[in-house]
Amino acid sequence: MPQVTLTVNGKQHTVEVENRTLLVELLREKLGLTGTHVGCDTSQCGACVVHVDGVSAKSCTMLALQADGTSVLTIEGLAAADGALHPMQEMFREHHALQCGFCTPGMVMSAIDLVNSHPQGLTEKQIREGLEGNLCRCTGYHNIVKAIAAAWPLMHGRAAAAE
Amino acid sequence: MPFEGIGASVRRKEDARFLSGRGNYTDDINRPGQLHAFIRRSDRPHARINSIDTTAAAKAPGVVAVYTGADMAADNVGGLPCGWQIHNKDGSPMAEPPHPVIAVGKVRHVGDPVAVVIADTKQAAKDAAELIVIDYQDLPAAASLRDAVASGAALVHDDVPGNICYDWHIGDKAMIDAAFAGAAKVVKLDLTNNRLIPNAMEPRAAVGEFDGHSGDYTLYTTSQNPHVIRLLMGAFVLHIPENKLRVVAPDVGGGFGSKIYHYAEEAIVTWAAGKLRRPVKWTAERNESFMSDAHGRDHDSTAEMALDANGNFLALRISTLANMGGYLSTFAPCIPTYLYATLLAGVYKTPLIYCEVKAVFTNTVPVDAYRGAGRPEATFLLERLVDACAHDTGMDRVAIRRQNFIAADAFPYQTPVALQYDSGNYQATLDGCLKAADYAGFEGRRAAAAARGKLRGIGVSTYIEACGIAPSAVVGSLGARAGLYEVANIKVHPTGSVTVYTGTHSHGQGHETTLAQLVCEQLGVPIEQVDVVHGDTAKIPFGMGTYGSRSLAVGGTAMVKAMDKIIAKGKKIAAHLMEASVDDIEFKDNKFTVAGTDKVKSLTDISLAAYVPHNYPIDELEPGLDETAFYDPKNFTFPGGCHIAEVEIDRDTGIVEVVNFVAVDDVGRVINPMIVEGQVQGGVAQGIGQALLEHAVYDSSGQLLSGSMMDYTMPRADDLPNITVATETTLCTHNPLGVKGCGEVGAIGSPPAIINALVDALKAYGVRHIEMPATPQKLWSIIQGGAPRMAAE
Ligand code: FES
Ligand code: FES
Repeated sequence: MPQVTLTVNGKQHTVEVENRTLLVELLREKLGLTGTHVGCDTSQCGACVVHVDGVSAKSCTMLALQADGTSVLTIEGLAAADGALHPMQEMFREHHALQCGFCTPGMVMSAIDLVNSHPQGLTEKQIREGLEGNLCRCTGYHNIVKAIAAAWPLMHGRAAAAE
Repeated sequence: MPFEGIGASVRRKEDARFLSGRGNYTDDINRPGQLHAFIRRSDRPHARINSIDTTAAAKAPGVVAVYTGADMAADNVGGLPCGWQIHNKDGSPMAEPPHPVIAVGKVRHVGDPVAVVIADTKQAAKDAAELIVIDYQDLPAAASLRDAVASGAALVHDDVPGNICYDWHIGDKAMIDAAFAGAAKVVKLDLTNNRLIPNAMEPRAAVGEFDGHSGDYTLYTTSQNPHVIRLLMGAFVLHIPENKLRVVAPDVGGGFGSKIYHYAEEAIVTWAAGKLRRPVKWTAERNESFMSDAHGRDHDSTAEMALDANGNFLALRISTLANMGGYLSTFAPCIPTYLYATLLAGVYKTPLIYCEVKAVFTNTVPVDAYRGAGRPEATFLLERLVDACAHDTGMDRVAIRRQNFIAADAFPYQTPVALQYDSGNYQATLDGCLKAADYAGFEGRRAAAAARGKLRGIGVSTYIEACGIAPSAVVGSLGARAGLYEVANIKVHPTGSVTVYTGTHSHGQGHETTLAQLVCEQLGVPIEQVDVVHGDTAKIPFGMGTYGSRSLAVGGTAMVKAMDKIIAKGKKIAAHLMEASVDDIEFKDNKFTVAGTDKVKSLTDISLAAYVPHNYPIDELEPGLDETAFYDPKNFTFPGGCHIAEVEIDRDTGIVEVVNFVAVDDVGRVINPMIVEGQVQGGVAQGIGQALLEHAVYDSSGQLLSGSMMDYTMPRADDLPNITVATETTLCTHNPLGVKGCGEVGAIGSPPAIINALVDALKAYGVRHIEMPATPQKLWSIIQGGAPRMAAE
């Protein structure tokens, strides 16, 4: 069986996989990182979103072999070493942006990339459009949108730019 | 300590683990030596199974076993039971054909299990399942309600004539017909309630395990009610006594009703684990969710209202066809009867109501409760009909509602359809919502939108629902095969921390927080010292789970009663320790005091004395501070309210933007306003989904066309508006907390608000009704003067 070597949450792993093994299967089944979820089989829901080399990616839509040599960040690796939550995690909690929690890991990882990639500011419309790839059946998104807007100034270290 | 009791928007205790990837969902569970099941499902809507050849699959790499329905039958496995029996108009019981765990002889819908492969890995099981050769003889299918009741229709079950599960009614038909004959005006509307697929984001999953030493079975499953699964699967399907069967429903990623029912896969993994002496895991792929999770709604109705010359509602007459799918799911028969027809009074004092319901088998996935269950169907029908009444009589939509409301001082109010509403104030929720939505200023906004080339409309829906399920004697008399009380066990530990064991189940509702708030309120214990445990039959005495917004009204009340017992016992211990009479002991803010003195003992002093006493009235009182209470509600609870939607339709494309949505609900006392707001927003999102986007579509042969998330439109962030939520409270009069429930109101009140707004936006086009989902294509066709221009008048 082929091998992949990749860094996950700062730790290097070398894992045997089948050609068809998906990145999400490697994370969940080989590394026991069950925080990343699988909600669909058509690349629609975003429950599986992780960061690959700093950019959000649907880990159900990427072969494990394609992740060879990359650095992957999952929801488990987001909090600081001392356990302090990432500002996005904090804002999700503060604004009640999760109910059942199943979409949450993917939603948080997508949201962080969305904020990172919009240093000039982020409007509500941009947030809603930026969440196109993530489904939540519980919240109606209202509070997710609020949480992301609130995380933007915390992550960029300044007040939110006017819309 | 910060205020954490009733009324505080306490941030949720469960969030830290969910936000850190430490949730424990069923698919996250892996047991040592575990095998994987993959189910080969029917790709035929309706067919006889001539033969199943599993030889090649059994020999495939990694395969441990292949089982069919015949193997289960040979092992005396029973069928999946139905929990509710409805009677026909003539008093005879409904048709209740068998529901085998794995199909035997015939398949009845796409997705029906035909065989299961169990292998070392999921991939091996899936690969091998492809090798099973099934010889089908295709049969004509009854794919829709209308097809199934047509004369000469294919029979889903050979021994169920006409595909009629039951033909039920409520009300006095002769009286109602007479009222219609004498009415000044009759308003009629034909309408459907579109079929939905729940699509909780977590696909269903199950892990079965058998302990060869003890002979005990454990099932981990994505369930809203583990005790119910233990009861049904143990007693009716696998014949495992309850002392040998533990059912665990760990973190569950949303349910919305779809995870209430006892499903085939739970029985398959548990049974196979016993046969193979190894754990067996199954997790649905999303395509399996589409074709095996119970669907929702799917009604076809004719509604008529008789009015007097002044617009007063005199009588309501309804005839409904309700789709049951290919088999009866656990609660299916009660949804279009006792959770639907009994709600048809709505918020109106209509004196006479008659409703007949034919439940129909079709070659489709079973249909059961989905968020709101029966009540959204009733509300959509009624609130569309009331708008049609306004349209046909030329009355104002708000005025005709107000005029026919049950008055705020008319409670308790006995409806003509069995229910007695205990409290409510529909004027208040309407007024609050009109104000918050700036209804008065709407025409200005309509004109401004018109100037931009947009068609703007506003829609109002005033609704009621019944939840807090359920008063056991009442539902028993209506055909429920089990009572629906709830249980709480509360342990105050020696050093004063508290564990609550509740029979309700949280799959997003936030019980670990709200139920803990009840303990803060009543016992004065800080929230971080309170744990709420749910979802494990080995830990919790009993429980009926969570659905029908019952957790707080029924489960919370059981907790209050258990805490009452704890306080009563604590007072006796305190009286002994402080050498006072029990009658003089008061309990408040975590402290027992002797009235008129400064003597005081904290709850911790008492709990310590209760477990490890030096000085204890051991002859009179059992040690320990651990109480259990059962609660059977006296009535349903009746949340109600008003939803107002404002929409804009693009003339060129038919695309709808929901530009404003306001919900003002009366959910009784609010324990955690933040959570209530979130529940309503989530429900409204599902209601807007139903109104604009979602539709489970079968073709005429019975193939599910909307079988993936690429074909079935789930609401996304950019489909939805911000949702303004407010509450106007009247208290429930028959539970001590005064709570009513908030889980379903959003999905119940919102669909008619949206459609009423669209009809309003298109009133210049002569439109009187639009069927859900109101897709851009439908609206565009109306604007173009195309086909669905005028519904039958
Ligand atoms: S699991 Fe749904 S997009 Fe990856
Ligand atoms: S919180 Fe349940 S799916 Fe988003």
